[in-house]
Amino acid sequence: MGAQKKRAAAAAAAARVSEDPDDLARQPLQAILLADSFTTKFRPITLERPKVLLPLVNVPMINYTLAWLEAAGVAEVFVFCCAHSKQVIDYLENSEWFSQPNFTVKTIESHNIISAGDALRLIYEQNVIHGDFVLISGDTVSNMSLTQALQEHKERKKKDNNAVMTMIIKKSKPSPITRQSRLGTDELFMAIDPNTKQLLYYEDKADHSKGTICLDKMLLAENPSISLHNDKQDCYIDICSPEVLSLFTDNFDYQHLRRHFVKGLLLDDIMGYKIFTHEIHSSYAARIDNYRSYDIVSKDIIQRWTYPYVPDVKFCGNRATKLERRGMYRALEIEQSRSAQVGSFTVIGYGTKIGSNSKISDSVIGEGCTIGSNVLIEGSYIWDNVIIEDGCELRHVIVCDGVIMKAGAVLKPGVVLSFKVVIGERFVVPAYSKVSLLQQPTVHDSDEELEYADNSSGTVEFSSIQGTADQSNGEMTSESSEAHKPKLGTGGVGYIWSICEGGQEEEWRHSVAPIPEDKLTELSEAMDDDQELVTQDRTALSTSGELISDSNASEGDDNEDSKDDSVYFEKEVEATFLRAVEENVKVDHVILEVNSLRLSYNMTSADCAGAVFYSMMKLAIKTPHSSAIGLLTLYPSPFSMVASNAYPIYLSGELQQNTANIITTWQKLLKSYLLEIDEEIEIILKFEEMCLESAKEFSPLFARILHILYDKDILQEDAILRWADEKEGADESDKVFVRQSEKFIQWLREASEEED
Amino acid sequence: EVPKALLPVANRPVLSYVLEQLELSNIKDLIVVVEGADAALRVGGWISAAYVDRLHVEVATVPEDVGTAGALRAIAHHLTAKDVLVVSGDLVSDVPPGAVTAAHRRHDAVVTAMICSVPVSGLSEAGSSGAKDKTKKPGRYNIIGMDPTKQFLLHIATGAELEKDTRIRKSILRAVGQMDIRADLMDAHMYAFNRSVLQEVLDQKDKFQSLKQDVLPYLVRSQLKSEILINGAPQGQQAKENGNDKVSYRILANASTPSFHELYALGPNGSAPVRRTHKCCVYIASNSKYCVRLNSIQAFMDINRDVIGEANHLSGYNFSAQNNIIHPSAELGSKTTVGPHCMLGEGSQMGDKCSVKRSVIGRHCRIGSNVKVVNSVVMNHVTIGDGCSIQGSVICSNAQLQERVALKDCQVGQGYVVSAGCEYKGESLARKEK
Repeated sequence: MGAQKKRAAAAAAAARVSEDPDDLARQPLQAILLADSFTTKFRPITLERPKVLLPLVNVPMINYTLAWLEAAGVAEVFVFCCAHSKQVIDYLENSEWFSQPNFTVKTIESHNIISAGDALRLIYEQNVIHGDFVLISGDTVSNMSLTQALQEHKERKKKDNNAVMTMIIKKSKPSPITRQSRLGTDELFMAIDPNTKQLLYYEDKADHSKGTICLDKMLLAENPSISLHNDKQDCYIDICSPEVLSLFTDNFDYQHLRRHFVKGLLLDDIMGYKIFTHEIHSSYAARIDNYRSYDIVSKDIIQRWTYPYVPDVKFCGNRATKLERRGMYRALEIEQSRSAQVGSFTVIGYGTKIGSNSKISDSVIGEGCTIGSNVLIEGSYIWDNVIIEDGCELRHVIVCDGVIMKAGAVLKPGVVLSFKVVIGERFVVPAYSKVSLLQQPTVHDSDEELEYADNSSGTVEFSSIQGTADQSNGEMTSESSEAHKPKLGTGGVGYIWSICEGGQEEEWRHSVAPIPEDKLTELSEAMDDDQELVTQDRTALSTSGELISDSNASEGDDNEDSKDDSVYFEKEVEATFLRAVEENVKVDHVILEVNSLRLSYNMTSADCAGAVFYSMMKLAIKTPHSSAIGLLTLYPSPFSMVASNAYPIYLSGELQQNTANIITTWQKLLKSYLLEIDEEIEIILKFEEMCLESAKEFSPLFARILHILYDKDILQEDAILRWADEKEGADESDKVFVRQSEKFIQWLREASEEED
Repeated sequence: EVPKALLPVANRPVLSYVLEQLELSNIKDLIVVVEGADAALRVGGWISAAYVDRLHVEVATVPEDVGTAGALRAIAHHLTAKDVLVVSGDLVSDVPPGAVTAAHRRHDAVVTAMICSVPVSGLSEAGSSGAKDKTKKPGRYNIIGMDPTKQFLLHIATGAELEKDTRIRKSILRAVGQMDIRADLMDAHMYAFNRSVLQEVLDQKDKFQSLKQDVLPYLVRSQLKSEILINGAPQGQQAKENGNDKVSYRILANASTPSFHELYALGPNGSAPVRRTHKCCVYIASNSKYCVRLNSIQAFMDINRDVIGEANHLSGYNFSAQNNIIHPSAELGSKTTVGPHCMLGEGSQMGDKCSVKRSVIGRHCRIGSNVKVVNSVVMNHVTIGDGCSIQGSVICSNAQLQERVALKDCQVGQGYVVSAGCEYKGESLARKEK
């Protein structure tokens, strides 16, 4: 009996097993390869050549990806080309990929697409994906086996139709100091259910100002056990069900795969779609996202972590290369002087000539390069047909095709030379600079916008302000650079790009050069301070890029969400208001905008009144101050002669005058929120709070400004009197301002009595 | 009316369970801290009667409402040992305290907390009480974050924090890499503290009221940025005292891979430690161990049932063949049945045709005929009239139930008299305060 049962079970299991391969066979595995990363990290190189065709250890990146897909059993690949699509298609047509048996490569071309989301929507329209597919970008190097992950995905999918995606992750602990992974990507926080491997929380682009991760309480109510990970790396290889494409189509605002799609699915529990993870342990997977990962992945390839995709194994179109001792790879027909020293972990391409006494280590040299004598190359990536004359020094740099370096030129760490740049004799290119024949684009592309914009609409507005500032900045620099032609030494050709977005400080994070020592110590010190802050008050200090003085940040000291919300709301209203002042927007329009903010933040009109008033007062403070320094002239003020940081010295009359002016100009805006007496009281309370905390310079003027507000019919006497009554029972410290305005209140009281 | 520590669990004060466990682990210098002089007198009286020759017990009295931290503050001068084990008197458990202290000493931790899985026995009982409990349950939970090896406590949320979203600090996550967060564990309120640290914290933070809600979270929170002077001074002293000890300690430290605390403490280049850290450890009681705190009436009944039921090894009684305990001096009327998982105390009398299921009946109770007692606790000297039916209730000492009383999910206070024929459901009956 028992045996029979067992046999039956075994048969059933066998049937199930046999079913699965059937499934696999019936449904050939497809893959979508995005041949565009939709970012600008590799500029200026990517202005001339698509990222997927950039050589990685002398083989274009896309070949690694395609070779892996083929080995992993993918039958059909759709290569989605966008930027430089012609180059990609041409390359693929001339390569052997189109002539492989059992492996079809098809290209999809589109030019007006700016994000991965758009690309997937387009693919959905074309209706070419029929089953599960692998979503990957063309800059991924991996040698993992997909079988297990795929099987897990299919099994999950059978049990639960909502399991739409399996994400491949790998263990990699980010440095606690720089807070970025080995590959130069930002640290990643994930919460994973340890039993089901379901992804519950995903936070990349971590907001450093927030010291905590916030897990929804529902999450813990549903899952008794959660693993929080900081030591995992997202490989950007996803196994997706066809639903993913339709999800992108349904949610037309999804642009970025991780930031919008993954987060969208995790946050939106209405649809109940689930994302799972699959961790790989021994195999390799990494995406080249920036210059640092380019450096690291190249080293991994040279050190054979990516076997079989290594230089001496022919996997696609790479020339025969021999592996020698100490990790040295040499192609054929290399002319090397006897006195040249080629160190460990170096790849030298076909037909390269190396002069006497040159030293090369930890570097990749492309094909057909000519390297003079007494040249020092360390940790650098030299692409094809580069000419380096005698006595040059290159440390941790990327040099693209056709560059000519005249004798004695020096490249400091982190330099990137784009195609065909010529560096003049004895010219020293400063660290982290990027040199290209093309001028730096001054207009920010829309995808740039995407890269930096956040999901909340409010911040977009915010960043657009910054954007304009940036833009003007960029124009300035380009003008100035044209004015005194950037000389790259005598005979040099090319432009040194100025770093305007991101800023110099961030440049080292993603550069090919290792992080300098001093940065590390600086950071570790900063980390200590940070820690201190965190232990002191465990709160999320908001340090968003605000235009306003720092005093605002101290307002973000609340650890409750609702408080946070109101702080954000206040900031947004302020930003809206400032822009209105700047651009002379009509009052009615401002009212509309503030109203929409109010709705989106679910605030009352009292909050609006408070926030508007707050922004107005802030403006009043800023007006003389900012114009004196020569920043944005926010408000045309005739009283802007005094430049002083010491507010007590401030001519309080002037401040009062400013306030009066602003109140007069914008009284309509303010009044539209003062529907009832409660809102008016709210304004007084707000003003009181400001005087105590963020804008102490108003405190001596409290009574006078109160009077102004009364004169302008913004505050009714009832409101003021009720405020005074309310404060009657308060602490002594609270009554400072009531005291101050005692006379005024007295007067009001008498006036009202007389009326009676 | 009865101090919580003396509430009877299977006819023994609940405190005796803790004391017994401590005795088994060879921890014999005990200080029992009692809130309020009255209660202290009674607890002290009981302890001196029961343990006079076995344990060295001091009974200390602290004023009411000082909280657990305040209580420790009050008796701080009594503490002398390097490590102090703090146990709540209402813990009924068979987890050896020795294991907790061993875990504590192994890591040279500042605090080690014992955590156990949340008891599910309350839910296994079908009926309305189970459903009610389910909704209440999250209130009792802790949210506990541990490192992957389940040795270190990284995050703990208690009380009101549970209602909000959980916030985990990134700095600690960065240091440890992976954190397991569990919502199905709870703090069993058995802690081993490093004495000097405990005293320092208590001195510095005079607002701390409770160990569970203030001191422990504080220590956990500050473990990577220790404000406590432990790593420096005491270790130095130790080294002076015993050179050999230090050497062996080093060897041990080298043998095991350094914990993340040590890694974190190291400077960026592996230089001498630059950050002060301290370790907060956990000891997880295995699932097979019994560990429940008596902190609600429901728990009281659960524990009573469990101790004579599935966790009967705790009670220390010998069970009869019917899986129940009937004291030889108890008298049963004819056709009276006492089911399994029951206990009938010394000198109790039962009339005819009674039935007792899963209940504990104390000493010298007098129970009339035709009485049904199910899932209940009846303490000592209770008189129950004929034809009563008692379900899921607690009846305190000296209470009197007259004829045909029907009680369901009720609590009857000490000395209360329930008049004949009354029916109550889900109420608590007690004498009015005079």
